[in-house]
Amino acid sequence: MTAAELLRADLRFIADLIPDGSRVLDLGCGDGALLAHLRETRGCTVRGVDISTAGVTGCVTRGIPVIQADLDGGLRDLPDDSFDVIVLSQTLQEVHNVRHLIAEAARVAQRSIVSYPNFGYAPARLRLGLRGRMPVSESLPHQWYDTPNVHFTTIRDFRLLVAEAGLTLEREFAFRVSHEVVRQVRLAPNLRAELAVSVVSRSLDPRPPGSPRTT
Amino acid sequence: MSAATTSGPQALTLDGTVQLAGGGSLAGVEVAYETFGTLDAAAGNAVLVCHALSGDAHVASGPGPDGVERPGWWDGMVGPGCAIDTGRYFVICANVLGGCSGTTGPAALDPATGSPWGLRFPLVTVEDMVDVQARLLDALGVTRMLAVVGGSMGGMQALAWAARYPERTDAIIAAATTARLGAQAIAFNEVGRAAILADPAFEGGDYAADSQPADGLAIARMVGHITYLSQEGMREKFGRRLRHRDEHAFEFVTEFEVESYLAYQGRRFVERFDANTYLYMTKAMDYFDWQPPYDVRLPRCLVLSFTSDWLFTTHQAREIVRTLLERGADVSFAEIDSPYGHDAFLLETERQGALIGGFLDRAYAERAVCDTGGPR
Repeated sequence: MTAAELLRADLRFIADLIPDGSRVLDLGCGDGALLAHLRETRGCTVRGVDISTAGVTGCVTRGIPVIQADLDGGLRDLPDDSFDVIVLSQTLQEVHNVRHLIAEAARVAQRSIVSYPNFGYAPARLRLGLRGRMPVSESLPHQWYDTPNVHFTTIRDFRLLVAEAGLTLEREFAFRVSHEVVRQVRLAPNLRAELAVSVVSRSLDPRPPGSPRTT
Repeated sequence: MSAATTSGPQALTLDGTVQLAGGGSLAGVEVAYETFGTLDAAAGNAVLVCHALSGDAHVASGPGPDGVERPGWWDGMVGPGCAIDTGRYFVICANVLGGCSGTTGPAALDPATGSPWGLRFPLVTVEDMVDVQARLLDALGVTRMLAVVGGSMGGMQALAWAARYPERTDAIIAAATTARLGAQAIAFNEVGRAAILADPAFEGGDYAADSQPADGLAIARMVGHITYLSQEGMREKFGRRLRHRDEHAFEFVTEFEVESYLAYQGRRFVERFDANTYLYMTKAMDYFDWQPPYDVRLPRCLVLSFTSDWLFTTHQAREIVRTLLERGADVSFAEIDSPYGHDAFLLETERQGALIGGFLDRAYAERAVCDTGGPR
């Protein structure tokens, strides 16, 4: 299999949102699979940040430049606008200071692509509302006591955060995940989608052609 | 995997003189070095390993001066099948300028007087050490290396290589090191030096080879050893355990395990190290203040720190990373979880090995691609 085929489905979707040749910073990059794909197939200049030694070792072995760091420490070593795109793939829910990190990302890059599990997903609501149990699903696989997630959000709540941070939600996509097959959800995403991918930008940047505002 | 070819101890006398950063020059500098593995036809697999304060050229197992196999100071990291694979790379390690394991230092004879230099030996810097290594590589026909690797003072040399000869290496790996010592580290070095200088046997540095200031040097090593261990590591290794007794002696004798350990380390060190060299090495570290240029393409860098290293901390490693990022370098950084303090770079062969091995592997693969694609 090629690097592209091995790439996690949501990462493949994120990769397709990134223009060729972009300078990309992946925050919570794991072993650098997305960045390796972007560098090899899109000519992107890439850099990763991850908290785990295993992730960093994976990146180094792939030749992806990577910094081991806790994102709650912020991005203070990175100059303004030093990247075109920041990727936060299922990372934001694992940091303590979400609002600060979103603001820092907007300082360092014009655009951020954020993916996160949607807690508004109907089965999650049913499990909590009817059974009185914390939701566990394919995209939220952990028990409450061992989850790396420290914040839970819904698609609607995330939109509010973006607005409060003074940023623009350029595009928004929602997905259902079933047996590792990812299907896009267009109708009632906050109820029907497990996973969301949002493109957030720093105010009035002209949007790429053919990208409707989906808020 | 081919069997590693080890050179055994080698010596080379440099032509002409070596200019020193602190002014002055040295003529007829002799360099003690060893090589492991085979330089490939394109001379593209050379890896220079730089040793720390008390190290020498014997980085990996191989014959000693008597021809008998003896272990190296970085066995587990350097050798056939290791992260720095001598079956694949041509590894070079040389005793530093000012050292006491074969390379010209204060114990060498001053050609002007015919007696040992002692404190008349000029002060040397980390940059001077690197200049001498560069001259050695010239003589060995290695114009460009795959990587320069080192921990602690060896890491400083790797950093100095990046700043001074960025065109001569594809990559550097700097572990458990710093761009400059803080006041605390300088203070510990000064305690070591003060112990040596206060020893009556020091004789202004003009002691005979067989009667060096052993007490002062042993105390310096004991202080050094404390800074190489972590509080956690010391608690686990020694705690408050007594040695060979169950009760306190109420006498000034060696009774705690930790005392016995430090005394042993001090004694062992005196047998193999020179007090004057200790003064010169610690001073070279104190002077080190790394400011790489902005206007050159720096080699790819891997910076490593260890969680319990309080001598050269993760904070200081991040400072190196920040400096490299500001200069647009391709830099990676990892902090390895370890209880072994500063010594971790010598002991954590598994996780450190995975990072260094993976990094070198990639640098080597990319170099091979560049080579077949024509001139760089």
